[in-house]
Amino acid sequence: MELTGAEIAIKCLQEEGVEYVFGYPGGAVLFIYDALFNQDQVKHILVRHEQAAVHAADGYARSTDRVGVALVTSGPGLTNAVTGIATAYMDSTPLVIISGQVPTGAIGEDAFQEVDAVGITRPCVKHNFLVKDVKNIAQTIKKAFYLAKSGRPGPVLVDIPKDVSNQKAVFDYPASVAIRSYQPAGKGDSGQIGRAAQMLLEAKRPMIYSGGGVILSDAAGQLTELTRLLGFPCTNTLMGLGGLSASDRHFVGMLGMHGTYVANMAMQHCDVLLAVGARFDDRVIGNVEHFAQVPRKIIHIDIDPSSIAKRVKVDLPIVGDVKLVLSDLLEALRGSRVPDQPAISAWWQQLKEWQTGGGDMRYRNSTEIIKPQFVIEKLYEITGGDAFITTDVGQHQMWAAQYYPFDHPRRWITSGGLGTMGFGLPAAMGVQLAHPGATVACVTGEGSIQMNIQELSTCKQFRLPIKIIALNNGYLGMVRQWQEFFHGNRYSETYMDALPDFVKLTEAYGHVGMRIEKPSDVEPALKEAFARKRDLVFLDFRTDPAENVYPMVPGGKGLSEIILAEEL
Amino acid sequence: MRHIISLLMENEAGALSRVAGLFSARGYNIESLSVAPTEDPTLSRMTIVTSGSDAVIEQINKQLNKLVDVAALIDLSEGEHLERELMLVKVRAEGETCEKVKRVADGFGGRVIDKSDSTCTFELSDTCARLDSFLQAIDRSLILETVRTGASGIGRGGRILKL
Ligand SMILES: Cc1ncc(C[n+]2csc(CCOP(=O)(O)OP(=O)(O)O)c2C)c(N)n1
Repeated sequence: MELTGAEIAIKCLQEEGVEYVFGYPGGAVLFIYDALFNQDQVKHILVRHEQAAVHAADGYARSTDRVGVALVTSGPGLTNAVTGIATAYMDSTPLVIISGQVPTGAIGEDAFQEVDAVGITRPCVKHNFLVKDVKNIAQTIKKAFYLAKSGRPGPVLVDIPKDVSNQKAVFDYPASVAIRSYQPAGKGDSGQIGRAAQMLLEAKRPMIYSGGGVILSDAAGQLTELTRLLGFPCTNTLMGLGGLSASDRHFVGMLGMHGTYVANMAMQHCDVLLAVGARFDDRVIGNVEHFAQVPRKIIHIDIDPSSIAKRVKVDLPIVGDVKLVLSDLLEALRGSRVPDQPAISAWWQQLKEWQTGGGDMRYRNSTEIIKPQFVIEKLYEITGGDAFITTDVGQHQMWAAQYYPFDHPRRWITSGGLGTMGFGLPAAMGVQLAHPGATVACVTGEGSIQMNIQELSTCKQFRLPIKIIALNNGYLGMVRQWQEFFHGNRYSETYMDALPDFVKLTEAYGHVGMRIEKPSDVEPALKEAFARKRDLVFLDFRTDPAENVYPMVPGGKGLSEIILAEEL
Repeated sequence: MRHIISLLMENEAGALSRVAGLFSARGYNIESLSVAPTEDPTLSRMTIVTSGSDAVIEQINKQLNKLVDVAALIDLSEGEHLERELMLVKVRAEGETCEKVKRVADGFGGRVIDKSDSTCTFELSDTCARLDSFLQAIDRSLILETVRTGASGIGRGGRILKL
């Protein structure tokens, strides 16, 4: 039987087992929306802005191991989605974005709502397609899902002109695809893995540094086993939090610009560094020349060869799926010699000194004014450390990363690579839909939340009981902090004047709002909010406007040039 | 250092812009880029001449390989290879000038492919460096136009890039 292109597209989503499509209709996707209307297997979540559709699909994907799906119209629908697509690209989230395009005959004529979707998204997708023939829709969507999920994951765009979505073809969904020009890495080279085992066993000051790749490859179990087997210290990047349980005694905290003193010092001074699914980015190792001043051997495991030796020289590259490589590495280590125990103990001794001497992850609490760190600590307590936490971008994001320890992967959902304000609330929607009964909190600032606040309406429509933890300091806090440190306290355009009454605003959207101004009210308010299992609650915490995030490795500086909190 | 990278890619719309976009987005040098279909109509072969430190060249190779449309790639500069570029040069013909240039062109294996009262057009095919030398050897003020294709490269002997 012949189906229209639109029907074929929806059938493909059904075949892929897609639960939710996050989207927004428009002229170029009318046929696709019509096909959606005529079925109820794939549920559509109507967002209020296309950026939110992509972030929601992203949150859905990050909190599960599935592909997130978004659907947008041509022109402004697509351009609105671009921030979401770039966010997913930087953090390697598997997404399929279907966009409508003007009819094939109108392409290139500056037609109404025409943009070159493939051209605009090219630098921020893993791959993209313009489908010009209805006969190719099924195969293209199959490829899109395969590309999105395999290898190093990423967003894939499928642009479908309106006429193509209304032409007919026989539906035949391929069971599998092979793309001759695309061979994602699988197992790592066994010789290299053997050498890595050797190098690890000879280490005197070893360090394990793991990133988002461990989460994406579902390798937290292997990482944990390896860390414990070797007895080495381990740090996680912002994207890698939850890769090793924060309560594991080998965990020394997050590293990088706002990482712990001990993690950064150990990173700088180790002699053998095992990097797993991480990419040595500038927010993580700071100044590369400074990092290179201390000689150390680097073993780097990554599925993407281009991540290896991009910013730092690597002594032992292993290209492969992190999970498979770690399993083989464990195999190679089991039953072999043990690490150099006396050296490792002495190294741990040094780390303990850095841990106590660093003074980081401490703040001076107050009975007068709410400290943002205190809110996060209480959030951790009241949710039993078991919530899904999404964030926006800024100081609140760093405090959440520092003061909410994660024991499991895929619980921490944040825009690390692109640093996209406006990510938190829509991402939380995707997480909540993927985990209906779970506790989902979005930690945000009064600046960021206003970048996608319209999604409160989507949350009402789909009854998403997200808890919004707004650390409202009245400033674009992270920028203000940089202005304080590096621009002579000139707070140029970072004061958030004329803020709305968030309580009334939330109520206007049909939710519950709470304003919390006293430290003693923090805990009761959080308890009350989390007891409201069916309601979205917006908690507007009025926090200390002068608080800064410590420790801090200033941009362009080395890891050991870290600024610690003032003496407490 | 200068490198010649040769690659086979799917003959799909947009494949060329993926490569060109990669070079501009990541700030890599590009000296020349030439592309055309092969005997297999589903594949195009591209030759890119670029330059950079070893680390940059390594990244360029990796980033190109990462493009979904790139099926195979070889850094020709890492081994024995041949390089040829086609150049067309139109010079002003006044009195003896055409003859003079022709004598130089002979030494480069060039030939005249068009003549008019006032112009004379030469065709040369050689390495990029030899073509540069030719241009230096003739009187610059005579040159009306030069057109170069950018290098094409191929491995020597058994060095073959094929799917
Ligand atoms: C879309 C976008 N625009 C601008 C920035 C730059 N930026 C980074 S943090 C920040 C301030 C965020 O303020 P707020 O959400 O109130 O959080 P706070 O830092 O106060 O916790 C800004 C403007 C960004 N990351 N994203």
